[in-house]
Amino acid sequence: MEKIYLDHAATTYVKEEVFEKMKPYFTEIFGNPSSLHSYGQTASYAVAEARNTVAKILNCLPTEVYFTSCGTESDNWAIRGIAKKKGKGHIITSIVEHPAVIETCQELEKNGFTVTYLPVDKLGMISVEELKNAIQEDTILISIMFANNEVGTIQPIEEIAKIAKEKKIPFHTDAVQAMGAVRIDVKEMGIDMLSLSAHKFYGPKGVGVLYVRNGLGLGKFITGGEQERGMRAGTTTTHQVVGLATALELAYENLEEKNVRMVEMRDYLIKNILKKIPYTTLNGHTTKRLPNNVNISYEFIEGEGILLLLDMDGIAVSTGSACSSGSLKSSRVLLSMGVEEGLAHGSIRMTLGERNSIDQMDYVVTKLANSVAKLRKMSPLYQD
Amino acid sequence: MYTKKVMDAFANPMNAGNIEDANGVGQVGNASCGDIMKIYLKIENDVIADAKFETFGCAAAIASSDTAVGMIIGKSVEFAKNLTNAQVVEELEGLPPQKIHCSVLAEEAISEAIKDYEAKK
Repeated sequence: MEKIYLDHAATTYVKEEVFEKMKPYFTEIFGNPSSLHSYGQTASYAVAEARNTVAKILNCLPTEVYFTSCGTESDNWAIRGIAKKKGKGHIITSIVEHPAVIETCQELEKNGFTVTYLPVDKLGMISVEELKNAIQEDTILISIMFANNEVGTIQPIEEIAKIAKEKKIPFHTDAVQAMGAVRIDVKEMGIDMLSLSAHKFYGPKGVGVLYVRNGLGLGKFITGGEQERGMRAGTTTTHQVVGLATALELAYENLEEKNVRMVEMRDYLIKNILKKIPYTTLNGHTTKRLPNNVNISYEFIEGEGILLLLDMDGIAVSTGSACSSGSLKSSRVLLSMGVEEGLAHGSIRMTLGERNSIDQMDYVVTKLANSVAKLRKMSPLYQD
Repeated sequence: MYTKKVMDAFANPMNAGNIEDANGVGQVGNASCGDIMKIYLKIENDVIADAKFETFGCAAAIASSDTAVGMIIGKSVEFAKNLTNAQVVEELEGLPPQKIHCSVLAEEAISEAIKDYEAKK
């Protein structure tokens, strides 16, 4: 049976070229980059090169790039770092953020910080006007994701950054889903802090970056040695950062060309699902959307059943609906977009990758139609 | 996360559908909590001659309804009344903790269907 992986927003495979680049740093160039001998030096050159690569792609200085263990750590550092520095105050974020941001803000609320969670419209967009109105005298941070992980909606980052700059409020963006899919120039866009994670763009799991604009004065996050200029202690994982940089470089090679193909595949899949399966609705924006994201609600049924039946056909997808994630509430993101609860429960996210093809999409739609029909036949809500 | 029994019951349910001349029908749950179970009973001489289910919900909900219905077919109304969710869970060889409520819904839907039958009698 052909296996089709359509869950690239959850994680990607590591590209062969990336893996090859990483290998020597496990076995040959294994020295601790902090060591003075040649083992260490060779490793430290590789780390420096990786940092330069990331800096070049983000258009920042290498000294503004901090390697972390993942996107969640980067988000935690950015938000908690500003909170610690200011001691008190008000944070603006959105209701559709990743739990790494939402949960962190909720923790800070317990410690006396106040937080505004901006709502979104039915396409998943925050309103720049509402953001402006939410700013208070004591606002210490604005943190808005670049693109949403469930529905792929891309936020007006430049406008947000502009407002933040005018008001002299640090602006952080969780770009974990956008990185590798959208060109991001932190200087041009006016971003003060940005989180990214390698395993979303064909790099290894367990390594991320926090970009911090020089002069922002974000405090240290992990105390210990002098790694990451003393800001984030812990032995530098040479193979991981080399993997991250290699993957990032590859992701931005011919990006526009790859995106044309990805968007074509995405729109083909959306069009065919909506046409061939009745009672379906697209969630999210039609154009301001990540090139690989398809999120559709299937009326009268629950997403988990679709996921499991498709898996039996070799197709891996994800559900934003709750049942699979352990909590029983439906997707916070979809509900905040005004999607009815029943439809939010029946949503399936498919996120495409470079190995997918248009031909596979036809197979996916056929199998999906069968699974949906099978579950609808069992549903008390559905009448033929 | 699901046992093989749950997956089998979910993928190949034996008792899905409805019964047109059912003399006991029970429905519990709502779409917003993500589960609706509807049980149809055909009771003859105090015996469950036939039973079917329709379920909107996750794999555990579908497997619980299918299994619970399978357990009462051919049994007395008294037996069906006393069926507990724990028995359903045991038959499924376990459910994840956050899915136990699915088996409770199955128990409740059967009990509602019997109430409906008794009210009509």
